[in-house]
Amino acid sequence: MVPRIMRHHPPPASATAPSPPATTFATDLRFPDLRFEGRGLVCLRGERIVFGNLGFGLGPGEALLLLGPNGSGKSSLLRLMAGLLRPLAGELGWHDGPVRADPERHHARTRYVGHTDAVKPVLTAAETLRFWARVCAETAPSRAALDAAVAEALARLDLTRLADVPGRMLSAGQRRRLNLARLLAAPAPLWLMDEPTTALDRASVRILEDLLAEHRARGGMIALSTHQTVDLPGARVLDLDAFAVDPLDLHADPEMRAAHLAESPA
Amino acid sequence: MMTALLAVLRRDLRLALRQGADSLMVVAFFVITVTLFPFGVGPEQAVLERISSGVVWVTALLAALLSLDRLFQADYEDGSLDLLTLTPTPTLVLVVGKMVAHWLTTGLPLMVASPVLALLLHMRAEGYGVLLAAMALGTPSLSLIGGVGAALILGARRGGVLLSLLVLPLYVPILVFGVSAVEAAVMGLDATPQLMILGALLLGGLALCPWAAAAALKQAVA
Repeated sequence: MVPRIMRHHPPPASATAPSPPATTFATDLRFPDLRFEGRGLVCLRGERIVFGNLGFGLGPGEALLLLGPNGSGKSSLLRLMAGLLRPLAGELGWHDGPVRADPERHHARTRYVGHTDAVKPVLTAAETLRFWARVCAETAPSRAALDAAVAEALARLDLTRLADVPGRMLSAGQRRRLNLARLLAAPAPLWLMDEPTTALDRASVRILEDLLAEHRARGGMIALSTHQTVDLPGARVLDLDAFAVDPLDLHADPEMRAAHLAESPA
Repeated sequence: MMTALLAVLRRDLRLALRQGADSLMVVAFFVITVTLFPFGVGPEQAVLERISSGVVWVTALLAALLSLDRLFQADYEDGSLDLLTLTPTPTLVLVVGKMVAHWLTTGLPLMVASPVLALLLHMRAEGYGVLLAAMALGTPSLSLIGGVGAALILGARRGGVLLSLLVLPLYVPILVFGVSAVEAAVMGLDATPQLMILGALLLGGLALCPWAAAAALKQAVA
């Protein structure tokens, strides 16, 4: 049984009914029991080790809040979880096998929201969403299902009246909302969100909080980094600062240590 | 898998259609550069006829090169590339979709324009059919090889210059056999061997280039 986390919305009427096929977007969608975890992760950017020996675990309905100052590796960790970066060491995997063994399966289970919104200036909001819903789906969705999913996702993010507006006319906040609508149009159990509240106004942040709560109630998982306050009840906090690596620790050998000190006078 | 490929193809065609300038510019460059030659070497029919196939091919290569740096750059800048590499479809497949879209929006217009420009250069009538066939086999290879170059230069400063240094040497075989096919036809010889080699280059490119470009893209988003 999946633990039910506090929800902000009344549960859908058919919450107890058997779940529909995962390709159609429905409010009573439930994700299967999955577990995503990382062990002993080391991340190298350029010539700097951003963090070392980092571990985490995410089960159904759980959320992970990434904290830490700028440059502590929040974005790197999320890109690593998404599969954009490869860890220097350590293992990243699902309960049924490491990410490396089947990256396509990992991608089918993951949605990543980064700093950029991937909105084309000449495509309308609906066209953009339709495209992402189609390429992110594991099995080809039917035309009707796709239309319904896109319309519903736009409605949830309060974008319905902007459906036919080209991307270049959208404000930064509207582009971000369109990017978030992608998570609903192409459902996946694990959401990786790198500062999703950037450019959002208060009302939109509240919508986002509702979506996060609903996603967790469905058995979804979230890893999120933010500098604003986002209401994530019961989320575990991962402080990236605790995994920072002192370059001097890497050289146990006193001679190496001296060489490193001479090289980089702090 | 097919759905994702077609979705990428359709999106890129729609983007090209709405930002029509890019495609048009390539063909305009092709036409203008070819028309410069009669001014440069003089209007003598014999001279123009002699150089016609070479001029058409070299100019087509340069025109194709002109459009390449945008192939992945826009997606790279707005974050679409991150998301495209994170779809359940192997990146390789999506790369094929993008390369096909590139060919449809640049290679195909170049191919259609080439007989008209050949006429301008007094190419002998025997050459037109073979020129079209050679273009049909050669221009997809330009998109394939060029796509690898376009993926490799992502994130590099002055990528456009780097791209021509990377890609133009690899275009040489297509140029050599493309020109020699037309020359053979004009001289009344059989052009089949040259066309078959162009076909072989295309098949080889089809097998290797999407794979190499996908690897380069993964490197670019890391």
